[in-house]
Amino acid sequence: MQVTKPAVSMHGISKSFGAVQANKNVSLDINRGEVLALLGENGSGKTTLMNMLSGIYYPDSGYIEIDGKRVEIGSPKDAFDYGIGMIHQHFKLVNVFTATENIVLGLKDKGKFDLAAATSKIQQICDTYGFDVDPNQKVYDMSVSQKQTVEIVKVLYRGADLLILDEPTAVLTPQETDKLFAVLRNMRDDGKAIIIITHKLNEVKDISDRVAVLRKGEYVGEMVTSEATTAEMTNMMVGRQVTLNIDRPDPEMKYRMERIRVKNLTVKNREGVTKLDNVSFTAFTGEILGIAGISGSGQKELLEAIAGLQPVESGSIEYNVDDEQVEQLIGMDPLKIADMGVVLSFVPEDRLGMGLVGSMDLTDNMMLRSFRRGTSPLTNRKESRHLAELVVDELEVSTPSISTPVSKLSGGNVQKVLVGREIAAAPTVLLSAYAVRGLDVNSSYLIYDLLNRQKGNGVAVIYVGEDLDVLLELCDRILVLCGGKVSGIVDGRTTTKNEVGLMMTKLGGGDDQ
Amino acid sequence: MIHVVKRKEMPLAQSVAIRLGVIGVALVVCGIITAIATGLNPIGVYATMIQGSFGSPRKVWIMLQEVALLLCVSLALTPAFRMKFWNLGGEGQILAGGLASAACMILLGDKVPNAALIAIMFVASVAAGALWAAVPAFFKAKFNTNETLFTLMMNYVATQLVAFYVIVWENPKGSGTIGVINQQSSAGWLPTIAGNKHLLIVLLVALLTVGMYVYLNYSKQGYEISVVGESPSTARYVGIKVSKVIVRTLIISGALCGFAGMLLVGGSAHTLTTSIAAGRGFTAVMVAWLAKFNPLIMIGSSGLIEFMSHGASEIATTYGLNQSFGDILTGIILFFIIGTEFFITYRVVLSHNKGKSVEELG
Repeated sequence: MQVTKPAVSMHGISKSFGAVQANKNVSLDINRGEVLALLGENGSGKTTLMNMLSGIYYPDSGYIEIDGKRVEIGSPKDAFDYGIGMIHQHFKLVNVFTATENIVLGLKDKGKFDLAAATSKIQQICDTYGFDVDPNQKVYDMSVSQKQTVEIVKVLYRGADLLILDEPTAVLTPQETDKLFAVLRNMRDDGKAIIIITHKLNEVKDISDRVAVLRKGEYVGEMVTSEATTAEMTNMMVGRQVTLNIDRPDPEMKYRMERIRVKNLTVKNREGVTKLDNVSFTAFTGEILGIAGISGSGQKELLEAIAGLQPVESGSIEYNVDDEQVEQLIGMDPLKIADMGVVLSFVPEDRLGMGLVGSMDLTDNMMLRSFRRGTSPLTNRKESRHLAELVVDELEVSTPSISTPVSKLSGGNVQKVLVGREIAAAPTVLLSAYAVRGLDVNSSYLIYDLLNRQKGNGVAVIYVGEDLDVLLELCDRILVLCGGKVSGIVDGRTTTKNEVGLMMTKLGGGDDQ
Repeated sequence: MIHVVKRKEMPLAQSVAIRLGVIGVALVVCGIITAIATGLNPIGVYATMIQGSFGSPRKVWIMLQEVALLLCVSLALTPAFRMKFWNLGGEGQILAGGLASAACMILLGDKVPNAALIAIMFVASVAAGALWAAVPAFFKAKFNTNETLFTLMMNYVATQLVAFYVIVWENPKGSGTIGVINQQSSAGWLPTIAGNKHLLIVLLVALLTVGMYVYLNYSKQGYEISVVGESPSTARYVGIKVSKVIVRTLIISGALCGFAGMLLVGGSAHTLTTSIAAGRGFTAVMVAWLAKFNPLIMIGSSGLIEFMSHGASEIATTYGLNQSFGDILTGIILFFIIGTEFFITYRVVLSHNKGKSVEELG
């Protein structure tokens, strides 16, 4: 099937970070005049693999060939010398400099520096490929898409003919995405090799010639895009269903009532990009509602909007106190929500950055939710100390003492402290984001067990997860988000991994062929 | 290759022993430099330095008062620093408080009873200091302006304002200074206790030290300050209003600086000049950092700084040395103290591993 000699070949590449194997024996060819899509779920090792190509990491084993010659890429500079350039998700630009100044920054040409010549060379690159950028514009005046363009031009200016783009469309509007793809096609036609890391299937179909799939760090296979169906790609990406034997008690139907009603919720982020688009759903008491979706599909915004941490564009979030009394949560901050008597617990994704204070000990972290209690101007650490001891005992937190700063604990223990505190408040709603990310098997099952116990107590649990196998076995219902919209709500007991996978990548699911 | 690696937590006793040992080493180094540079006997020089601070009861009291004033400003800055709000405007906030005190003394000195005057001075100077800090805090909370620059700039505004009023109130006319305010009536002068004019300041600051320690470590507001300082997003997550805490904390910080201004004008100097704060707003930054923002340890760090500065002027007069020589010794000792902190937190590892994996494969 190989028509041209590959520009770059990766052979048997493995890389691990501590106990985590990020890439395992991955081999991959990249051809000139081709757009290769690197597809995979979150944490499947796409970015790590590409970082080894761009000199940020060095593989533990395996080697890289460029034009058939074995090379060592030990630093980003080596990568540049071989014509490899990567555009990262987070831009690395100096705000007060112009586009030109940013592009030539760090270049070590001999002799006097000629900014005018650089500007005209940049203009020439822009004209060749159809970039829309003003070389003399300051970066702080630029939109996200313009900044990305500067990053791409920077790489081209340094003579790259293999471009790696790490989820380039995550920050772009659909119109900007179209513009980017047009430029990428021009570059491909010019004979450059392009790798685009993504987990959006529609974009894979739109831009790529070939698609290679990674799963859990391993290379699963590749397809010619025009011959592949969305369903095939999804299956390769999510893999076959694995049985985990997570307990899922049936919800107590007798006391079941609507707890949270979200109606037509629309949220935009600070850059004005729509993160949630007209989202409506209901969360019931005594059930676990799973939220599935590719990362960045609006999960974070959804939970934070319910928790009163995210400004909302339009829509409503109603909280049913009982059959008669209904409270509106929009426009409330966490304190006002608590003052209304709504006990809303939230286990956020960023445990140490948002849920806890890393430098404070277990006792003081327990106090975060309760320190306001009582009229005394002084804090009462007695209860918090008691709670810390209780959580350490019950959840088997391994810590030298309750006076240890939580940042010194391992990831699993940090999560136990956080979940323990949130559950101790006896919530009526429990929001959790990626509650088992980075946790070992035992800790994960402990968390599932805790969530099930909350469900048994009649709590409305909302579980944002990334592992579909877990979602399918733990949740009563699963809401699937796709690009900020509700792709559908399915029954966790009857749905399949493929169905959810398709709904994640395509609004409403279903195959397109 | 040299790597810097973070240490595991060191036992308290060990770290205290290291710190004390380092001060000893610093004194030996200072002694050697003294002997080489001046040819004097270092032991004698040290003895003279101790004389400078503790040589007579009067010197002891002046020393105590100076420690108290510096400590007062350090305590004032601490809540802001705990919140990671770098208030470098202590100087201006002291001046604002001092200006308010002086204004009360000059304008109301013969109109209200002394007790009422002192009460009014207190309120006015605390309010003026608070205002001087609240302005940058408001802009930080609302527009995320840089507090370091803003508070620093406010110092210059305060200095110019004081310079203006020194001319307005100059006495006698044409002298360019205010002179001692209410020399005859002593109106607005802080009272003496048992004939001791320094004791009141020392007692007030001692109370303030304990109060600040309790406020920061055991009060709900102090807890909020720590949470906001460590992680603003955690603060928002638990419903702490970050902008409110910033403004409230800076009002406290500025108010205490203003209070220090009143102690200076009403308690010790009884006059107003543009240099009345004498750099305390900046020295206090060092005092607070050295003590790692712990009010009780600040007693020690402010004591050390004042001891060194009194000792420096004493050796300057006794041996006819340049005043700068004392500053050199202070600098050496501080250098050692701050340097230890690095070695207590980190250790330096020599290794030759870099690039090995590349060579092996290449």
